[in-house]
Order: sequence, then structure tokens, then C-alpha cells
Amino acid sequence: MVGELEFEKPVLELRKKIAELKEITKEADVDLTDEIEKLEVRLERLEKEIYENMKPWDRVQIARHPNRPTTLDYIPLLFTDFIEVHGDRTFGDDAAIVAGIGKFQGLPVTIIGHQRGKDTKENIRRNFGMPHPEGYRKALRIMKQADKFGRPIICFIDTKGAFPGKAAEERGQSEAIARNLFEMAGLKVPVICIVIGEGGSGGALALGVGNHLHMLENSTYSVISPEGAASILWKDASKAKQAAEKMKITAPDLKELNVIDEIIPEVKGGAHKDKDLQAQAIHEVILKSLKELLKLSEQELINQRYEKYKAIGQFDLQNEYITTN
Amino acid sequence: MIKDLFTKPKKKKYATIPSEAAKQDVPEGIMTKCPNCKKIMYSKELTKNLKVCFHCDYHYPMNSQERLASFLDEDSFQEIDRELVSTNPLGFPEYLEKLEKDKEKTNLNEAVVTGIGRVDQHEVAVAVMDSTFRMGSMGSVVGEKITRAIEKADELSVPFIIFTASGGARMQEGVLSLMQMAKTSVALKRFSDNGGLIISIMTHPTTGGVSASFASLGDYNFAEPGALIGFAGRRIIEQTIREELPEDFQTAEFLLEKGQLDAVIARAELKEKIATILDIHQPGGDLVWLEN
Repeated sequence: MVGELEFEKPVLELRKKIAELKEITKEADVDLTDEIEKLEVRLERLEKEIYENMKPWDRVQIARHPNRPTTLDYIPLLFTDFIEVHGDRTFGDDAAIVAGIGKFQGLPVTIIGHQRGKDTKENIRRNFGMPHPEGYRKALRIMKQADKFGRPIICFIDTKGAFPGKAAEERGQSEAIARNLFEMAGLKVPVICIVIGEGGSGGALALGVGNHLHMLENSTYSVISPEGAASILWKDASKAKQAAEKMKITAPDLKELNVIDEIIPEVKGGAHKDKDLQAQAIHEVILKSLKELLKLSEQELINQRYEKYKAIGQFDLQNEYITTN
Repeated sequence: MIKDLFTKPKKKKYATIPSEAAKQDVPEGIMTKCPNCKKIMYSKELTKNLKVCFHCDYHYPMNSQERLASFLDEDSFQEIDRELVSTNPLGFPEYLEKLEKDKEKTNLNEAVVTGIGRVDQHEVAVAVMDSTFRMGSMGSVVGEKITRAIEKADELSVPFIIFTASGGARMQEGVLSLMQMAKTSVALKRFSDNGGLIISIMTHPTTGGVSASFASLGDYNFAEPGALIGFAGRRIIEQTIREELPEDFQTAEFLLEKGQLDAVIARAELKEKIATILDIHQPGGDLVWLEN
């Protein structure tokens, strides 16, 4: 089966067996109901065991699942009247980021998100969801527009990272990312960021300086991909699995580090198993965030964002250097 | 009789030239030939289809009257500043005569029509340029009328929508034309700072000083399919850089790819899309939303 993940194989096999038995009961004259019931109990236990004890690497696999819902999958499930807008008005239109306006339960909002492709052809067009500077500049243009009209901004983060390439460097990839971090700090409207897949480094953060930062349960957010970290630390990209364990990149890890606000629970086995149900869970969290943030004034929103990011980071004080004035 | 059906008609040995009377049998303008795909259509059907070719989707240029009729709610348009007419500030030879000729031909006073109207019940200030009058070129009157329409939008706190179609600045008014770019832009800046919504819809052709001022300053910049949009003309660029340009150079689709447009919108969907945007931009919804 396409997209079958290694760690969930026992579950899938058991499920297949139950289906087979059901088929037999229906077609032949043997009654296997008892047998099936027993297996179903076992399946439930197995599912609980496997899906509730997922290792970081398992989550990485789910976050990268080819069928994992993307920004454009969620948009029609969460918003109405969506109109996509294009272009940075300077160089190009980067299909690795989608942006537009629409309504969330009747409230006008601006929506921005990374966008992967669903197949090879679309992936090439969208550069596998890895933006160039013009993508970030489009996002910034649309954020400023939202700022002008007082619309809350909702960002979906889902990228392996900003594209590492010659053209991207020539056009100022670093500047484009930096500019977004800087300008997002000053937005006078609520900004809600949700990591729905992979949150790859600076390329993810460039849509991520928000008042609230949420993560889907099986998404990841990290300074570098596990493969990248393994090759830098141990000169061996194949040690990605160990790197994934060490780097604390899963939603529960980031919650523990006080980097994110809420973990959005996922459908059992991952968002790709039921995107409608998943969208409902995201909907709830957006609603809650909006209700909280819309009560704040423009200045309060800016201050809240300032405090949020000021508070991230850990350090100690060494006694002999403490001076008292 | 039946046999006749299956035999080829004999070819005539000589061509028949229709008599004058026969020619006049078909009234002028009943059929239209698409300049793009060369297919022939009934003019009335074409008009009903918002002047978009049935076969190849070619968007015929619309004059201001056709545009207002197709875009605004019925009978909602109230024209303003129709009384403004051009003078000949530089004493340019034959300028006034040319203006008179176009006034007669088009039944317009200048190359832009401005006023107040409604789009799906949303009140807007609107300016529609008309390329049938002096190629839609911008002189003092065009600049002034557009600026007044922007001020009207500001005064009424309604969105400003402009349909551009222009060859650029009007040569016969020299530097006064050039300064209309600044005048309209200054007005748009104030309107924008006051929170005004600006929507620009570029139609064929939008070039020169018009593309380099208000046409490009929308919160949303849209274009009609196939519209020619650019600053310098193709010939000038080719002569300057001595290079041949790609075929789709300066088309709406080309500009969309180059990041200059928010979207290219087919005429059939234009009103509905703009109405949705106007709806999303209705002011003051936050607190009401919170209460519900």
C-alpha cells in the first residue's frame, strides 16, 4: 500500500486480517464472530500502544507522509470565499507559498501558507514547498495588506526549509527571511501560526512570528532537518533517526520547551487518515485563538508578540560575574 | 432529383461578383470576425457574452459605456465631473481639432468616465478609461477626473475601483501630462493612508505613464486575459537593447508569472470576484463577530 509506514505495520496487518475474516463469515457458512471480536479488542490495544507511543522518527515519517494534508487541502475546509492572490510585485510569483483572503466563520482573514505538491509535476512547479525570496516577499506584501485593513492573519507552516539555491541567494534569501521576522513583529493584527507538517528552520520561521504558535501533534519544527543535523554532527546523514530523537523536534518536545502554545491533536495514525476530521480540530484552535486575540488592542498584540519571543531561550547566571550597581 | 444530391455540383468556370444590391442585403455589423482566431460570430451574441470570443476566449476591448453596463448594478451609475474638458495649454497644433473629432466619434468629453455606482449592492467610486478617445491617453482632464473620483471615494469612505486602458501620457499636453501621474498618486496615497481600498483592473492596453502610476497602485492589481501591460513599448525596447523579446512579453499572463499581478480574471467572473473582495473588506466586523 502507498504511504504505509514501518511503525504502524502491525496495526495494518491486523486490520487486514480482521477484514479477511469478516469476508469469510459473509461468504462461507462459518461463524467467526467471536474470533473477530477478540481480534478487534486486540487491534484497539495495539493501536493504542503504537499510536500513543510514537517515537520522534515515527512522527517525522507522518509529518512527511505524501498524503498529509497541505495548506490548500485545509483552506476549503476552514474558510469560505477564498481568493488567492499572487506575486511579490517585484520579481515573481512563488508557487511554494499560497496567499489570499477569505472568511473564517464570517470573519475576514488573510491566509498564508507553504504549499507542497501532490505529485511530481506539481512538486516541481511548487519547488517541493521550498520558497525563494519572492515567496517570502509575497507573504510580507499580503501581511502588510492585512495590517492595513485590520484582518487577522493565519499562517500554515509546512516546508522542509527555504530553498537552498543559487538564484535564491542572489535575490537575498537571508534578507527576505530576516525582513519577515522584523516586520511580523510590528503587525497590528492577530497572527496565528500553525505548523501542519514540517517546520524546517528559517524557511518556516519566516511565516512563524505570531501571537500564537500551534503545532499539529505529528508535525515537526526544528533548526535543521534530522538528516542535516546528522551529517553536520556525525558526518553521516543515515543517522537521521538518532538525530531526530536528540534534537527535540516534535510537538510534545516543543510544548515542553515552551516554544508553542497548543498541540492540536491528530486523527489516529496521522492527519492524512481523515482530513475533514483534522480540519475540525484545527478549526477549534483557530476559533479559540481568535476569540482571545481579538480582545487585545493593536499595541497589546505587538507587546504580546514581543514578550512571547523574548521569553524563549534558556540560560544561567554565573555568580562571580554578577555586578551590582 | 435525388441523384442530384449525390453528384458534385459542377464548378463554375468564372467567378460571380455579387451585385451591389446583394451586398447591401447583409446589414453592416451583424457579424463580427474574431481578430485572434478569425472565426465569425453574430455581433449580438458576442455582446451578450461580454464581448468575449466564444471560440478562443479573446477579450475584445470594451468602451466605457459597455464596461459600466456590464460591471455595475443596473441603473446604479451616477456620473461626476462630465463637464471637465481639455484646453490646449501648449498651443499644440491641431490638438483641439483632434479632441473635437473624438468627442463626436465617441460621444465622450474625455478619455475617462468617473462616478459613483454599486457592485452587487456595494457602493464604490469608479473610473473607467476609454481607449476609443485619444487612445485613452492621460492629459490634465483625465488626471483631474481620476483624482476627483479618488477624493470622492475618500469623502464617502467607499472603495475606489479603476479600469485602465491607455497608451500613456498625452503628448500634446507635455509635462502637464507627466505631472498627472504624480497628482493621481498623491491622491491615492492619502486615500490609502485613510484606510481606503483600491482595486485596479488593467485592460488592454495599459502602458506608459498610466501603468507607472495609478494602474499599479491598487491593494489588488488585476488584469483581463491577454491584456498588454507595460511601461515602454515593445518596439522601443527591442530597438534599445537590440534583442528580440518573447512572444508573450508584457501580456497579463507574463506579468502574473513575474509577480506583478494578483490575478488574471476572465471577464465572465470579474464582477463576482470583485464583489467578494468588497464583501471581505466591509469595515467594522471584528467586534460584531466576537459577540456572536
